[in-house]
Amino acid sequence: MKTRREFIKISAAGAGATAIGLSGVNILGLNTAQASNDQTAASDAEMSVYPTYCEVCFWKCAGWTYVDKKGEIRKIIGNKEDPHCNGRLCPRGTGGIGMYYDEDRLKTPLIREYDKDGNAYFRKASWDEALEYSAKKLQKVAEEHGPECVALFNHGSAGSYLGTLLKAFGSPNITAPSFAQCRGPRETAWIATFGEAVGSPEPTDIRDTDCLVLIGSHLGENMHNGQVQEMADAIDRGATIITVDPRLSTVASKSKYWLPIKPATDLALLMAWIHVVVYEEIYNKDYVEQYTYGLDLLKDHVKNMTPEWAYGITTIEPEIIRKTAREMANAAPAVIVHPGRHVTWYGDDTQRIRAVAILNALFGSWGNRGGFYMKESVHLPKPKTPPYPKPTKTWRDAYPGQFKLASLALSSGICDATIPTEDRACSFKAWVVAGTNLPLTLPNMSNTVKAMENLDFLLVIDTMPMEITGYADVVLPECTYLERYDLIRDSPHREPYIALRMPAVEPKYDSKPAWWITKQLAEKMGLGDYFPYDDITELLDWQLKKIGSSLEEMKRIGVKKLDREHGGLYFQKGEDIEFNTPTGKIELYSNEIAAEGFDPIPVYTAHPEPDPGFYRLIYGRAPMHTFSRTANNHNLWDLQKENAVWVNPKVAELWDLKKDQLVWLKNQDGVVSSFPIKVRITERIRWDSVYMVHGFGHSDKKLRRAYGNGANDTELITRVMVDPIMGGTGMRGNFVTFLTEQPQKEAKS
Amino acid sequence: MKEELFISGRDIPNIDPFLNIWHWQIPIYLFLGGLAAGILFFAGLFYVLGKEKEMATTVKWAPFVVPIALVLGLIALFLDLKHQLFFWRLYTTIRMESPMSWGAWTLMVITPLSMIWVATYFKEAFPKWSWRFNFIEQIIDFFTKKRKEMAWVMMLLAIILGVYTGILLSAFNARPLWNTSILGPLFLVSGLSTGLAAIIWMSKSKIERRILSRIDILLIAVELFLIVHLFMGFLAASAVQIEAAELFLGGQFTVTFWVFVVILGLIFPAVLEILELNGYHIPVWIPAFLILFGGLVFRFVMVEAGQITRYLY
Amino acid sequence: MRYAMAIDTKKCVGCSDCVVACQTENNVPHGYCRDWIVENVNGSYPNVEIELRSERCNHCENAPCVRCCPTGASHIVEGGIVMVTHNECIGCGACIQSCPYDARYSHPEGYVDKCTFCQHRLQKGQNPACVDVCPTKCLYFGDIEDPYSDVSLALKNRTWKVLAPEAGTKPQLYFLT
Repeated sequence: MKTRREFIKISAAGAGATAIGLSGVNILGLNTAQASNDQTAASDAEMSVYPTYCEVCFWKCAGWTYVDKKGEIRKIIGNKEDPHCNGRLCPRGTGGIGMYYDEDRLKTPLIREYDKDGNAYFRKASWDEALEYSAKKLQKVAEEHGPECVALFNHGSAGSYLGTLLKAFGSPNITAPSFAQCRGPRETAWIATFGEAVGSPEPTDIRDTDCLVLIGSHLGENMHNGQVQEMADAIDRGATIITVDPRLSTVASKSKYWLPIKPATDLALLMAWIHVVVYEEIYNKDYVEQYTYGLDLLKDHVKNMTPEWAYGITTIEPEIIRKTAREMANAAPAVIVHPGRHVTWYGDDTQRIRAVAILNALFGSWGNRGGFYMKESVHLPKPKTPPYPKPTKTWRDAYPGQFKLASLALSSGICDATIPTEDRACSFKAWVVAGTNLPLTLPNMSNTVKAMENLDFLLVIDTMPMEITGYADVVLPECTYLERYDLIRDSPHREPYIALRMPAVEPKYDSKPAWWITKQLAEKMGLGDYFPYDDITELLDWQLKKIGSSLEEMKRIGVKKLDREHGGLYFQKGEDIEFNTPTGKIELYSNEIAAEGFDPIPVYTAHPEPDPGFYRLIYGRAPMHTFSRTANNHNLWDLQKENAVWVNPKVAELWDLKKDQLVWLKNQDGVVSSFPIKVRITERIRWDSVYMVHGFGHSDKKLRRAYGNGANDTELITRVMVDPIMGGTGMRGNFVTFLTEQPQKEAKS
Repeated sequence: MKEELFISGRDIPNIDPFLNIWHWQIPIYLFLGGLAAGILFFAGLFYVLGKEKEMATTVKWAPFVVPIALVLGLIALFLDLKHQLFFWRLYTTIRMESPMSWGAWTLMVITPLSMIWVATYFKEAFPKWSWRFNFIEQIIDFFTKKRKEMAWVMMLLAIILGVYTGILLSAFNARPLWNTSILGPLFLVSGLSTGLAAIIWMSKSKIERRILSRIDILLIAVELFLIVHLFMGFLAASAVQIEAAELFLGGQFTVTFWVFVVILGLIFPAVLEILELNGYHIPVWIPAFLILFGGLVFRFVMVEAGQITRYLY
Repeated sequence: MRYAMAIDTKKCVGCSDCVVACQTENNVPHGYCRDWIVENVNGSYPNVEIELRSERCNHCENAPCVRCCPTGASHIVEGGIVMVTHNECIGCGACIQSCPYDARYSHPEGYVDKCTFCQHRLQKGQNPACVDVCPTKCLYFGDIEDPYSDVSLALKNRTWKVLAPEAGTKPQLYFLT
């Protein structure tokens, strides 16, 4: 029986094809980077500039969009006043124009229909019809099951408005995959230790550090703009970089010490470092005495976690472990043991980052120059709206007694709670998904698809026909960030800054900004009062005037610095500080975690290793792409069209693999990659692992450039190791083997 | 192990992974140019030696091929240009450091010159021929009287035409396979040899063919000598040249070059010509065709292989 | 005055920002690039090292591409910048054959194209687009005959190399190692 939510693969017959609107641009042919045929570089003086902040990743660098006399966007340059980018955008930001010019963009609202044979297809609809339909469907779910059964998955600016809508509607179930699939464990670990989350962007004072320790960060391949810039500054200053990575990452190649650790053993190394620091008494005594709690308990706990013990587990020599620990201590407090970003690896991730937090606490880096600064952001006034209804149930009710220390909603948790089970009274019935491609984001793709099959309604708002759109009931095309206003950026940094995003051009095709979509949807749902403006510029101007600026000023300058209001950038010497923890101090021994029944100080546990013939699947980022979001962006696709699987030469010899050979990957559960992937034979990877960049292997044919290029690592991540403390999904416990010939294709349901 | 790779996605058409920007048009032109140079040189030579009557084909009839060959060659070159509308820019300047510039101008002179040479024999070839216009008759008459001067100029320009293609390639020091001073003389000798082959094929006089065959065998010997030296030179030069030579000594061009160019295109026809000179009757077209074919394949191989060789990556 | 560029391989992370910034600044067609990143890997795990280089036309002092151009379209302007005059180029490809760095390409419009050190920006006192965008600030540019220019200061007290010096081209791109 065909599932009711079959993936609509190709552009639908008839109306659907015109919805795609092939504009006669030849992809394989030679079209210029811009639509204009002008071959000479345009002079800056002849162009108009509009301030914006980038949406290609979460860093939100502020910049200027340059539009030529013909009204074509030519380039985007960073705003020099913005501390996120210092006038230099990263390659994705520079290539952001590719998002605007992408001919494969979503162009009109689409509604799922079924033809007489029961096959699903998308038909073009007007905005009014699509919004009306969506409003009715959401209201129906509220009537039948309660508004709490509607969940919002978001990653991007649209979440601000949609989140308000959902809360106004009565649902608190708003989630971003960046918590449970990415930084969740470190936030929980940091809150347990320091009483506050690390946050985003991380307040790492890299430009002034003397020692940067990266254990679980491939800075330089993950293009966190400000951090990469500061890392370069640190290299110029001669700072020491210590990188722990089973792979020779880019930053590992620039490090004084590269520790080629055996995968899944990082916690042992961290505990051994703690042992050295504590027993050689090279911790920051003043800081530890004044601000921390639990040193004796810690000392007792790590008594046997010697470098020799760690050597047997990690293959890192004891002398190196001691040497690097001393180097870090020497630099303290100007040392950063980086908390990492994507830390959902093996299910004990909260504990591993707890060890990182403990090390930082021992060095006194938290709150000191060269360590972590105290960030601050601007608090923009909110307009007066009716109070939100009180929800009667949240996602947490699906996991009674579990994940109490998760500070944000679990996307994978909500996904799982969409599949009805006997022991749960209700499940999620409707999803609104904005700016996140769930099938490639949540691990265990078939589980995500199964969850979606159980939905009564799926509304997707996106700019591109990503895989998630193929499962939707309604697809609403959002215009790109270059074509719209959005809320003022108020990200935290060393000083409070605000940035304006304004459109440089009119929205292409029939796409609309998310604020408009949400406002219209709200009106149709009777929730218009929660958005007390007709045009978002009214709200922006009101907010800006309240903090001493105006829309007109921000249009001229793009970025504005305001004064700090809450304390200094660093702790003052001897300053008395209360941390938001049970003891009021930085907890080396975590009472909060102990109260939940978990180890208050981390304990190393071994994780499953690959069987013979299998290799651990390690994945990461490329500096020119943002997950699967940019795979079709023509400017960025030019830089990297596909991923490759990194194989150690010894392994390649064993399997007789040649450079650029295409192989299919099969994982330990028998799942085979849909598309083959090129082999890169390199000495940069261990012989027990393989590595690939995440975000390729797109299966949606509407992404004409991205379709079929490279392999999709998410479909091979079927074994998920859930962190019992906060529900993060550990994804590095999957192993793959090589198939050199195309496997028999099983009939896909 | 070592790795060297582009990581910014560079994949420029015709440049990556191997340079491949000159296609069939260039070897065709090189062949036709060499052929024309060979024919014109010997036409001029034997005219100056006073052998107009004995070496009739050489002096009078074979040159009829030349204007056709040169025009076809020029068309091939024109087709190779990527910015064709601006081709006339070649003739707005002469750049002494650019062999391509010399070549453009040489062709500019030698093509009409060869046409005039041929025109002076038109009446002999086609007795009923009339030039229609009086002033043309006068011009042709004028040049007919100046054949000796033309012959000297033709010989000189033919040498330049024959050798400049080799010099042009050898001036590209970025292409190790071409960057050898032997290439100029090698192309010249090859051109002369193909010219002779064409004349031999067209000739109806046994004596003429004998004389030309003797010269041809000598030229082939010189060519083989130059080829041997070419490879000795590569193997004794820098790493990039050794790599270039390896394309022919075990690499992808080994069979094509040694079988089709050297054995079938040089050695075997030379042997046939020697046999012919010693009394065995060999059909004329066989060695002639083989030499022409070998010359053509030689130029195809050199152009393709040369682009593959490189300094970096 | 001679413009030159120094690339600090110790800071370059191979992000390719220089490639896409050049593309948007100079209208480079898709599928073509005026600059690119090369990665060199040496050694055997775990004793491995890599070198990352952002490369482009070297604007050689002894440029073979200028020498071999039959029309003079390929020429050198003030500052030692090698430029191509589009409407003098016939597209013969000789310059592409002569470049040991594979820095040139045949533009779809017919003429030969390559990095121009963003001459149109230099004229306005700005840096080339790649230099201004690089997040690690590993590209240093300026007049190498001026001892206090960015590029001259970068070369001081650092070991550096050029590519294929044996080709005799006297390239003006210096890789700090």
